[in-house]
Amino acid sequence: MTLLVVGLDGSPGGEKAVQHARSLIKPEAGDSLKLVYVIEWSPFSFQTAEENAARHKRREEEIAVAQERVLAPALEALKAKGVAADGVVRHGDAAEILDEIADEAGAAGIVIARSSASGLRSRLFGSVAANLVMNARVPVTVVPVSA
Amino acid sequence: MTRPFFLLLSALAAAPVAAQTVDEQIDAVFATLTGPFVSFIFAPFPGTAFPWIVLWLVIAATVFTIYFGFIQFRAFGHALALVRGDYSNPKDAGEVSHFQALTAALSGTVGLGNIAGVAVAVSIGGPGATFWMILAGLMGMASKFVECTLGVKYRNEYADGTVSGGPMYYLSKALPERGLAWMGKPLAVLFAIFCIGGSLGGGNMFQANQAHAQLVNITGGSDSFLSGAGWITGLVLAAVVFLVIVGGIKSIAQVTEKVVPFMAAIYCGAALVIILMNIDQVGAAFGAIFAGAFTGAGATGGVVGALIQGFRRAAFSNEAGVGSAAIAHSAVRTKEPITEGFVSLLEPFIDTVVICTMTALVIVITGLYMDESGLGGVELTSAAFGSALSWFPYVLGVAVVLFAFSTMITWSYYGLKAWTYLVGEGRNRELVFKVTFCVFVVIGASAQLGAVIDFSDAMIFAMAVVNIFGIYFLMPIVKTELERYLGMLRAGEIRKFV
Repeated sequence: MTLLVVGLDGSPGGEKAVQHARSLIKPEAGDSLKLVYVIEWSPFSFQTAEENAARHKRREEEIAVAQERVLAPALEALKAKGVAADGVVRHGDAAEILDEIADEAGAAGIVIARSSASGLRSRLFGSVAANLVMNARVPVTVVPVSA
Repeated sequence: MTRPFFLLLSALAAAPVAAQTVDEQIDAVFATLTGPFVSFIFAPFPGTAFPWIVLWLVIAATVFTIYFGFIQFRAFGHALALVRGDYSNPKDAGEVSHFQALTAALSGTVGLGNIAGVAVAVSIGGPGATFWMILAGLMGMASKFVECTLGVKYRNEYADGTVSGGPMYYLSKALPERGLAWMGKPLAVLFAIFCIGGSLGGGNMFQANQAHAQLVNITGGSDSFLSGAGWITGLVLAAVVFLVIVGGIKSIAQVTEKVVPFMAAIYCGAALVIILMNIDQVGAAFGAIFAGAFTGAGATGGVVGALIQGFRRAAFSNEAGVGSAAIAHSAVRTKEPITEGFVSLLEPFIDTVVICTMTALVIVITGLYMDESGLGGVELTSAAFGSALSWFPYVLGVAVVLFAFSTMITWSYYGLKAWTYLVGEGRNRELVFKVTFCVFVVIGASAQLGAVIDFSDAMIFAMAVVNIFGIYFLMPIVKTELERYLGMLRAGEIRKFV
């Protein structure tokens, strides 16, 4: 009854991560996957008054889009292959949320693809993969995108 | 849309044209049109020199402070915890946080009022005006607390998930609850009218005017190609504002929102450096501030003059009691409206007690307020900073334009909310307001500081008259909310997530 958490970001890398996670579990033994899509968001970002007024609506839209375009197709594909899986969309810091969900669900590990983010941002704040590897409470598997 | 243009053109044509520049014509027409209203708002009590409006603000801040048992000091720590997100449910991630509501409101208050307004206060009211300004800021925290709690409690939430709030809504929805239904709508309408004026005045013209003044200042003063050509600065600023609010190019506003906090940090940092460079004079500066507050030294009109300037500029800068910030704060996501009240009381503190005081200290320490050359407004602040850090006026020039711009964007939203409250929503109706707003950017940059600041103050204070009058009847509602919440907090029913 192993559970693995898989991070999706709507990129081909996410699909690679799902593929790899599938190869690590035995669906016939009751193992399952939990797909997580994190919309990067900070409560400490600066927004205009106008953006704030429409924020609740925008949030609902963001969640709906992530559900429809990324999660639903991925879950559908897994179901077709007989893999038990569920999915969740959350706002926040990707590394923190993935670790939190894995911890809450008692997952055996987290599988993510190496993110394509590069340059200044990842130099300053570290990439999602690097942060997760350093801080997660469960084992983390990082799948190279070109593999 | 064409009517305001037409009015302006016909008014221009009627003005004496002989040997006047475009700026002088605009200024003359503007001063004539707004004179009567300004005189009414600043009318002194018969037989004294004390404007009734200043007493109105002093009494309101005192009443709220006492009625809520010095809430600004009691709840200060809790307010910080709320902004840090200690009490935010992680499930609400992605919604408007307390921090975001606070900073959006701050972008409307932190502006030229903190830089130029303080200089006006110290140049007219002497160093003592600083004392009254800080006191007004501390007491204004209670006014802000009441109005922002009401703003969230009585906001409109629409089916599509957007929200609208502010005094228009709490006056018309909450007064009937107190058995004063007949008063609600008229007060709300009156507030909305003045809010449109405030948005065109302090939230627009004053900002454009002082941004232009600083641009002239750093490009060579009276020799500058911009000197006497405020309409050029006005047109450029108006064009950018037009792109954002009419053209819908939100990215400009979003970038500004992200840059402005850094400019505020640079400004405060520079002020701190100057204060540290002159650390031996800080004691004397505070001495002059305290002495001036009670002796009226250096003030036009003695103690009363210092007090009037202090309260006027504090109210103009932090907008406590004015009702404007309640519009921005009402977008927060919270189950307890009072929490946004707590958070909002940090606003006058940051705006007035911290940033305005920094400006005042720099002006007093460098002694530039005693300058006989008659510097006022942003030129005085610039000269004071420049006397210690010669390159700083250029940085200030950039900061001033950005502050002005972000304040304009925020206030255009306040004005638009008031406008749509009056005339209803709709593309064309909104366009009328937005174009008018842009026209006033040009007028503001062209007119003289005196006329602009009088009109801006008059409109902001007119908002405060209506808002505070209504709040007197509504403050028991906030008191009930406060007691209920504090009871839950003590009982441990308000959950901490961190």
